[in-house]
Amino acid sequence: MARAVSSRRKSINTALAWGIGLIIFFPILWTILTSFKTEGQAIADPPVFLFFDWTLENYSIVQDRSDYMRYLWNSVIIAGGSTLLGIIIAVPAAWSMAFVPSKRTKDILMWMLSTKMLPAVGVLYPIYLLFIKLGLLDSLFGLVIVLMLINLPIIIWMLYTYFKEIPGEILEAARMDGASLKSEILYVLTPMAIPGIASTILLNVILAWNEAFWTLNLTAAKAGPLTAFIASYSSPEGLFYAKLSAASTMAIAPILILGWFSQKQLVRGLTFGAVK
Amino acid sequence: MSMKNVLGAASAVAMLAATAASAETITIATVNNGDMIRMQGYTDQFTAATGIDVEWVTLEENVLRQRVTTDITTKGGQFDIMTIGMYETPIWGANGWLVPLDNMSAEYNVGDILPAMAGGLSHDGTLYAAPFYGESSMIMYRTDLMEKAGLEMPDAPSWSFVAKAARAMTDRENDINGICLRGKAGWGEGGAFITAMSNSFGARWFDEEWNAQFDTREWSDTLNFFVNMMSDSGPAGYATNGFNENLSLFQQGKCGMWIDATVAASFVTNPNDSTVADKVGFALAPDNGMGVRSNWLWAWALAIPAGTQKADAAKQFIEWSTSNEYIELVAANEGWANVPPGARTSLYENPNYKDVPFAQMTLDSILSADPNNSTVDPSPYVGIQFAAIPEFAGIATEVSQEFSAVYAGQQSVEDALAKAQAITNDAMEAAGYR
Repeated sequence: MARAVSSRRKSINTALAWGIGLIIFFPILWTILTSFKTEGQAIADPPVFLFFDWTLENYSIVQDRSDYMRYLWNSVIIAGGSTLLGIIIAVPAAWSMAFVPSKRTKDILMWMLSTKMLPAVGVLYPIYLLFIKLGLLDSLFGLVIVLMLINLPIIIWMLYTYFKEIPGEILEAARMDGASLKSEILYVLTPMAIPGIASTILLNVILAWNEAFWTLNLTAAKAGPLTAFIASYSSPEGLFYAKLSAASTMAIAPILILGWFSQKQLVRGLTFGAVK
Repeated sequence: MSMKNVLGAASAVAMLAATAASAETITIATVNNGDMIRMQGYTDQFTAATGIDVEWVTLEENVLRQRVTTDITTKGGQFDIMTIGMYETPIWGANGWLVPLDNMSAEYNVGDILPAMAGGLSHDGTLYAAPFYGESSMIMYRTDLMEKAGLEMPDAPSWSFVAKAARAMTDRENDINGICLRGKAGWGEGGAFITAMSNSFGARWFDEEWNAQFDTREWSDTLNFFVNMMSDSGPAGYATNGFNENLSLFQQGKCGMWIDATVAASFVTNPNDSTVADKVGFALAPDNGMGVRSNWLWAWALAIPAGTQKADAAKQFIEWSTSNEYIELVAANEGWANVPPGARTSLYENPNYKDVPFAQMTLDSILSADPNNSTVDPSPYVGIQFAAIPEFAGIATEVSQEFSAVYAGQQSVEDALAKAQAITNDAMEAAGYR
């Protein structure tokens, strides 16, 4: 029997959810507001919140100084390419683990996840040397491969979890109807797992978009994405907070908009199978 | 169109294509600060004069350091010019990782580079990086608050005077701190300040056998003096304050004194950003009567990594960007207060630059810093706010974290020094110095 929730409790829960949401969103809001301030207003104490002379000067300076569109394009290619490649590899891998598990499947899943526990800097030199040998430094292709490999364990884990929710009997029925392995995955499994695949894609695009260790260390003048764009405005000797905020706002705007429009799928995907 | 015209057009296109193909592009890794960004704005003039295109990779200081170190140690070849400092240059030069700058043109006039800068950017007498701008540290103080406190700042004050003035200027009710200093962890932040300060107290990082010296009275005196002065007169939470935080406090009129990089002088006297622009005086960093002042020496310099295929083009750029002509170009467009300071002797002989209020004190501070004799007792290392050995950055970062914990009230001075001694000796032993 469903438990009745009093309206008072509901109001408290709603207020609490809004409060937590605002706390989480506040740093982003503050960054956006700071991007419209002068450098002097950006460091004012007490801080100014809304009542200041709004200016677009920082955006103009950032536009003049940096080729934003090039960084944006690089981010799109790196985040999109690595996610797409990851999905192509992860779907058959997750299918095999979910529907034809071996006694080592759990160990393999854990082993894959354990690669995420290694601090990235620990393998910086080997990867860098490998990139020199392969001529991949400062190339979009190299970054697509690295970010795909970094996020592959998460993609496989997420897809594995979604696939486990799909009854194996449906696939079995498809096989009995004469479906090949390729048809089974492409035309039976994938359509049923679309919400899960969509949320996996979204999460991995966000992860790849925000990745700032490899994208800074493996790029120079050509392949730098928006993380390199932001890094060029940070300085420990000089107050450039307003310009840095403008650069940050420009960098996060596309992914923020994408996240905003796809939040329903994202939440659905992330909570898929959480409550049975 | 006649055949003759077609052929003419075709050959013109071919010539243009050949010119484009032969145009060289150099890639420069640099740090994000006002002077470097300004230089990027003038790059078109270099390209127009030489036909060499320039691509910039601008990064935050610590990211840049990690990025260029990775590239040069692996011979990655991503950059034709790297912006590095006085810490890296002698080490990398000794390792053969940099192209010696020993055949610069006569017009460039290498002899005009300030001797302290040239010395800090050389190894065994060979220059490995050309200073774009140089800095020392000095006292920036509020003339109005000093007057209100009934004190007069000498040109070369002692630490006891500074502490006394700091206490006299402190006005907690009006949110004025007598003194603002770096306490933030990091070898280039609070670590740099306390190391430079310790020199004036007779302390040093290592004795001549590379033994750590944190168990000495001099280090105890340094740290206790710093903590007591900051407790009485410093801002709340100074354990997390670095250059930017103190700059912000000073510009808002919340510091009586600030001892930091000479480059900050142009920020605090800029009326667009600073509320106290017309009330700032300058003095040499304090001493303790032991013959060594507490100022440091630093330069951001341009170096060419060995192995680049474009060494000649890179050298051309370095000659242009660190020349007197470049300084005059900036002065003509943006005024003398905005030219890159601290690199060339002739700048300080220029009557136009002498009118800049902080010019003479910047020069005096730079000239009073000697990286080869930075400590009262002899030490085996070169450097003032650092020891120019590869292990220093890692060790000093850990040690400065222990010191910051003292500033935050999390441990005692004695505990921090004991830990610093152990950290340093362990690392030096592991590295084979002891």
